[in-house]
Amino acid sequence: MTLFPRHVDAKTRRHNFLRAFAPAWLKCPLLWFLPLLFLGVFFFLPLFKILAFTFDLSALTTSNLQLAFRVLLFTFYQALLSTFLTLLAGLPSAYLFARYDFRGKSLLRALTAVPFMLPTVVVAAGFNALLGPRGWVSVIFPLSSFQFTGTLGAILLAHIFYNTTIVIRIVGNALSRFDPKLEQAARSLGADSRRAWWNVTLPLLRPPLLAAALLVFLFDFTSFGVILLLGGPRFATLEVEIYIQALQLFNLPLAALLSLIQLLSTLAFSALYTRLVTRTTVQSAPRSAESNVRKAGSLREKIFVASFIFLLSSFFILPMLALPLRSISRLDANRADRAQIQTGFIPDYYTELFINRRDSIFYVPPVRAAFNSLGYAGATVLLSLLLGFPAASALAKPGRLEKILDPILMLPLGASAVTLGLGFIIAFGRLLTSPFLVPLAHTLIALPFVIRTLQSSIASIPDRLRQAAASLGASPFRVWQTVDWPILRRATLSASIFAFTISLGEFGATALLSRPEYPTIPVAIYRFLSQPGGLNYGQAMAMATLLMALTTVGILLIEKLRLPGAGEF
Amino acid sequence: MKRILYISLFVFLLSACAPKPSGPQTLTVMTHDSFAVSENVVQAFEQANNAKVTFIKSGDTGAALNKAILTKDAPLADVFYGVDNTFLSRALDADIYEPYDSPALKNIPAEFQLDPSRRALPVDYGDVCINYDKAYFASRNLPIPQSLEDLTKPEYKGLLVVENPATSSPGLAFLLATVKHFGDPNYLGYWKDLRANGLVVVDGWETAYYTNFSGSSGKGPQPMVVSYGTSPAAEVMFAQTPLSDSPTASIIGPDTCFRQIEFVGILKGTQRRALAEKFVDFALGAQFQADMPAQMFVYPVAPNITLPDAFVKYSQTAPQPAAISPADIAANRDAWIQNWTDAVLR
Repeated sequence: MTLFPRHVDAKTRRHNFLRAFAPAWLKCPLLWFLPLLFLGVFFFLPLFKILAFTFDLSALTTSNLQLAFRVLLFTFYQALLSTFLTLLAGLPSAYLFARYDFRGKSLLRALTAVPFMLPTVVVAAGFNALLGPRGWVSVIFPLSSFQFTGTLGAILLAHIFYNTTIVIRIVGNALSRFDPKLEQAARSLGADSRRAWWNVTLPLLRPPLLAAALLVFLFDFTSFGVILLLGGPRFATLEVEIYIQALQLFNLPLAALLSLIQLLSTLAFSALYTRLVTRTTVQSAPRSAESNVRKAGSLREKIFVASFIFLLSSFFILPMLALPLRSISRLDANRADRAQIQTGFIPDYYTELFINRRDSIFYVPPVRAAFNSLGYAGATVLLSLLLGFPAASALAKPGRLEKILDPILMLPLGASAVTLGLGFIIAFGRLLTSPFLVPLAHTLIALPFVIRTLQSSIASIPDRLRQAAASLGASPFRVWQTVDWPILRRATLSASIFAFTISLGEFGATALLSRPEYPTIPVAIYRFLSQPGGLNYGQAMAMATLLMALTTVGILLIEKLRLPGAGEF
Repeated sequence: MKRILYISLFVFLLSACAPKPSGPQTLTVMTHDSFAVSENVVQAFEQANNAKVTFIKSGDTGAALNKAILTKDAPLADVFYGVDNTFLSRALDADIYEPYDSPALKNIPAEFQLDPSRRALPVDYGDVCINYDKAYFASRNLPIPQSLEDLTKPEYKGLLVVENPATSSPGLAFLLATVKHFGDPNYLGYWKDLRANGLVVVDGWETAYYTNFSGSSGKGPQPMVVSYGTSPAAEVMFAQTPLSDSPTASIIGPDTCFRQIEFVGILKGTQRRALAEKFVDFALGAQFQADMPAQMFVYPVAPNITLPDAFVKYSQTAPQPAAISPADIAANRDAWIQNWTDAVLR
């Protein structure tokens, strides 16, 4: 660490001046200014406008309330169950990635993050290829005639598939930062490894664990595509019911009522989280992630590592493998003997992507769609970090203001996307087709992730490190640069990856806000799948494969990125 | 030096306030996600009228229409393309269109002109029909069902996938066909029979066609799906290897198909009324009408339009499609869907 000031220049003096005269009560509002302005204009304004426009006390009839209650109950039930199962799958995986070193680790970790951004149609196709009526599982076990789509099991499995990466990132990130001395101390005092885990590690893990659980829960609570596509019409969450009521039946007052219920529930869960977490944040001396990582030693560890690598690979990679395989398989030759397994592999769907066969005005070459996607994703990363850093810093030392603002920051995750979309239309009118709205909408979704990821990291930095640096004469910026930044580097990477993948995979807002001439990859996939024909299906699979490849490479690159000033310590 | 700067700034501001020279006017067309058109067709319109056409796609038919209704006080677009007869009354009741008695209407058969007030002008049509997988039925020597009643026979148990009418436009069209055929409330008994016969219901067309239908490249388990009369032609036109025959065909029987007619109209409050009229005339004109079959897989409403070969060979239109008046649909749609949901899903 280079904390020794060579000379106090004018710049530093100005910083010291600011530090001395900007009182604490002013600093926090300053940190809050940008994030709140952003949320106010792009979240609360449209939401308020649409709810004020459509909500009507006449919606409060008995039958409506019964419907709302029934839907709320199911929404809550499946979200709770999904969250529990996701934590069950995610915790050992987080431990695996945080503590053990093995070959192909960064690739496997990147792959577990890929499902997070895959469009639901594509995931449904992947699961069906694996578990569907003609899937590989029923080919291998011809006797098993179990129904996959249209069951609660399908919903749960898809939710685990989507959200395990949240647990791996947030909890794993915290685990790898842990001071192993705490566990070692417990061990030397006679605790066996299980007791050390239960009594030392797990309590320390509470804040990141709760943060991950909240994010997973909110995602499951507002689940839409998974319910529609894999659950089928027998299941409806609040979000699905809002969609049906608002856009199909045009019963806007009922949709507004359901949106309000969803918002209030989100607020309640987030407030509960804030209460639980503020009591338990512990500052600990940070460790570099590398010092916690080792190779599996004992036989038991080796079995754990090997079996989890196997489980993760099969669970995450097999459903995704179906897409690249289908994207190069001959799909529609010789339909008469389709019963036979076809083995022809062809690149046709990829070459076809570059041909505007129908001379359509909406045709977009895949490279351009990829550039659109990457452009939006890059802007989302920058914007959400820019807004997320000040908010997370303010939240890391919660005062009274923060305790109120904290749950409010989570609201964009719990707000109905359908309602918000209609709100955008009313609030922004003809501005709707401006290309700037897409990254702004993506940032709304990414911001809660970025803030949660950064906040627990910032909160864990011991104040005495900062004080030591400051007492040696370092300016606030220098303190941040030499103390905070090296510790925050990993969290920043995680936050960037969240923002990046959220933006790449986002469909609903993009479809609403992007001009048809500038589609992203998910929009292009849906476009192909909206018409019959083998070429359309094959091109959709090819496009989905490109999206997966792009995301994997993107995540690997971000992880490998050497951020400036990131000295290891 | 400074003075030059000020003067140029002043001139710049002045020029910004001055009326714009007659550059191309922008016409905004709001439509649904399935809308498509050839680039050269749009260019022909743009060049002929010194205009630039921008499209806004706003979800499926129902969603796009609802967004247009929601913004009718400050419309996002000048023209709305794609309200169909199942949503026509909602659009007319919400009064989102300005009337326009286009001269092009005189060529268009009266059967398509459902709005005498000339606010919504017919522009294309297509039939929602049950598609079947030819190879499946041929390899099992199973006869093709000929009527709605046939579908409840035990030999077709578990072979049909339909879309939820609450979330899908072809799903709603097929529900309406059964309402027309069996009457209200007898259609519910029919659907209960279908349910007992292993009916599969999914949320939307994409899932039904690509995940469940065995005749598509998704190779699902059901050999019959509610799709469009033009889907067999699309299977040939979008085949990965040239096909000599379509792998699928439509079941054409009494009331097995429901005809969807799409309309175009000028949105109330447009600032570009003259250009919008030109666009509507253009949409009803020969060039656009000839372009739409291969782009959107619908039929032109204008007579004497040459259809693509694959359309002539493989796509079918029902001689007597099921029809219900838009007013009846508007009055009963929600109740029909709700009762259907209770009978089939609960």
